[in-house]
Amino acid sequence: MGIDSLIGGTIWDQYSEKVTCLMNNPQNMGEITQEQADAMGAKLIVADFGAESCGDAVRLYWAVDPKTDVILESKFKSFGCGTAIASSDTMAELCKGKTVDEAVKITNIDVEKAMRDTPDVPAVPPQKMHCSVMAYDVIKKAAAQYKGVDMESFEHEIIVCECARVSLSTLREVIRLNDLTSIEQITDYTKAGAFCKSCIRPGGHEAKDIYLVDLLEEYQKEKLAKQADSSYDAPFAQMTIVQRLKAVEKVIDDNIRQMLIMDGGNIEILDIKENGANFDIYIRYLGACSGCASSSTGTLFAIESILKEKLDQNIRVIPL
Amino acid sequence: MRVYLDNNATSIVDPHVFEAMEPFFVKKYGNPSSLHQFASDTHKPLKEAMQKIYAGINAKSEDSVVITSCATESNNWVLKSIYFEYILTGRKNHIIVSEVEHPSIIATAKFLESKGCKVTYLPINSEGIVEAHTVRDFITDKTALVSIMWVNNETGAIFPIEEIGEICAAKGVLFHTDAVQAIGKLPVNVQKANIDYLTMSAHKFHGPKGVGALYMKKGKELTPLLHGGSQMNGFRSGTLNVAGIVGMGKAMEQAIDALDFEMSEVKELRDRLEDALLEIPDTFVVTPRAKRAANTILISFRGIEGEAMLWDLNRANIAASTGSACASEDLESNPVMEAIGAEADLAHTAIRFSLSRYTTGEEIDYTIEVVKNAVDRLRAISSSYAYAPEGHESKL
Repeated sequence: MGIDSLIGGTIWDQYSEKVTCLMNNPQNMGEITQEQADAMGAKLIVADFGAESCGDAVRLYWAVDPKTDVILESKFKSFGCGTAIASSDTMAELCKGKTVDEAVKITNIDVEKAMRDTPDVPAVPPQKMHCSVMAYDVIKKAAAQYKGVDMESFEHEIIVCECARVSLSTLREVIRLNDLTSIEQITDYTKAGAFCKSCIRPGGHEAKDIYLVDLLEEYQKEKLAKQADSSYDAPFAQMTIVQRLKAVEKVIDDNIRQMLIMDGGNIEILDIKENGANFDIYIRYLGACSGCASSSTGTLFAIESILKEKLDQNIRVIPL
Repeated sequence: MRVYLDNNATSIVDPHVFEAMEPFFVKKYGNPSSLHQFASDTHKPLKEAMQKIYAGINAKSEDSVVITSCATESNNWVLKSIYFEYILTGRKNHIIVSEVEHPSIIATAKFLESKGCKVTYLPINSEGIVEAHTVRDFITDKTALVSIMWVNNETGAIFPIEEIGEICAAKGVLFHTDAVQAIGKLPVNVQKANIDYLTMSAHKFHGPKGVGALYMKKGKELTPLLHGGSQMNGFRSGTLNVAGIVGMGKAMEQAIDALDFEMSEVKELRDRLEDALLEIPDTFVVTPRAKRAANTILISFRGIEGEAMLWDLNRANIAASTGSACASEDLESNPVMEAIGAEADLAHTAIRFSLSRYTTGEEIDYTIEVVKNAVDRLRAISSSYAYAPEGHESKL
């Protein structure tokens, strides 16, 4: 917000020098043919990720030594903007000389950091971070192909914000612990949603299974449900009949029922009626309580006084 | 060489326009509403400028051509005033626009939709054109307004404004056209086309930025959007933008004088560029030339993402666009490409070249050379043209 947000600059001005150089002159652009791979005694892997119709597509070529799993050569082809080309190029570079297992550990953040001119200045503007995500996804695709497994087997967590690599479990935990109520807060706490913004709500560049707005809503619902549970915090007189029943049940559960059960009895709430200024709570004793002498004196007095204290002074408990 | 082929975004200010505006900054800076000679100094030049603007669109002297700050203001004014007068009062409940209108129409329509107005977004055909019969099909007895642009900013497609105007007149529905891309590119005659409201913007025809206008037919005057000191006969309050109005008047005069040139010489250069670009394999143009403004090409280069192409053009000092300048900060595909139902793989490959009467043959030849080199370079990088071993399943 504020002065910097009022007049847009070109996104190109925010590219690092490295991004610019790689776009102008990508180092690992090209192909590895079957013949070339054979000549190296390597296994050729060709993996695609993305689609032209979505605006970004990348094809990664690996020549992998089948004895050591080392990536001997790594090349890319890319349909995309300058940052997509530069990210793909950097990704291909980072793969070289690594084993397939090591390569799978490369994240989009590694790719972006490798393109920085200085360690603390991002290489690309926030809305372009998703380009590096594609570069990272294609590695998993290639590795999955090499190992003959599903791509998903490399992902142990559900990632909601791929640009900042924030998982679903982290987000849920941070939202709950800090009682977060807005997207801005989530971004401040986790960086999720700070980049391409696709994870904030439907309609962004990438479609997601779950969005940050969904998580906020989920937490709000959870809070409401909790409030409904503990609704005896609200004045008893203002509660609906269902809330009153729940509140009475809860007070009895928390304070009385355990005692009765220990003595082989129990209690059942039958009805709550407004009787002038009073709330008459009709109960029935069960088990041992039903014949107990104190059920109409000491126990009854204890039940009534706890309900009065916790809920409303005008409560009367009437055993049937 | 620096080549400017983004004239649908904005255009160079004609030096004669600049010259005409110059006295009103330091010498004749009076407020036209005041009572002294400084004010009086502005009256004659303002009046002359207004006459040129009226003449440019063949408005009658009893009509109102109100100067605004930009086309966005003019478009907002029409839609919001119609909302206040017709929708909010319950007399009508519906407006019709096309799905490829400028954002100042689309976003305003969406806003009014959120306030209870029904909006129909008319489709375009495979040539990128709104067909007149669709307007007739969607008009109801509750339709207050039809707003259809004259020329599309992205494709240059000319919409059948006269036919649509006739349909609206016959149905008794108000008709607005956003003529921002039409002025100076083809004859604009509000009388001939049954137009009630027409939007203009000076900076698209070599005038200054920050000046637009709204034509309102006599008897169809809108309630103001901006209230205040009752300038512009109370239709649009705010101190008159003297230099801007003078500049717009001069620019209109120049544009009308240059119209034949625009439709012959500029068209010839545009055609030369288009012919050469279409020689490159796997290139596509949407709207047929005969149905397009003389200065515009929207062309797709398969396998090359639009921003990547702009990057290479910019390195060679050529300015073009991936679509409307408003959208070039986003990551979205070109909305017109989506609307015409172009092949999905081409949605992100469209580049717009828009020429002007300042474009030279030398610039076009240079552009052709640069584009060819860029296509070679970027297709060599592109995964769309990449080697795949036999049996490779190429798509995700």
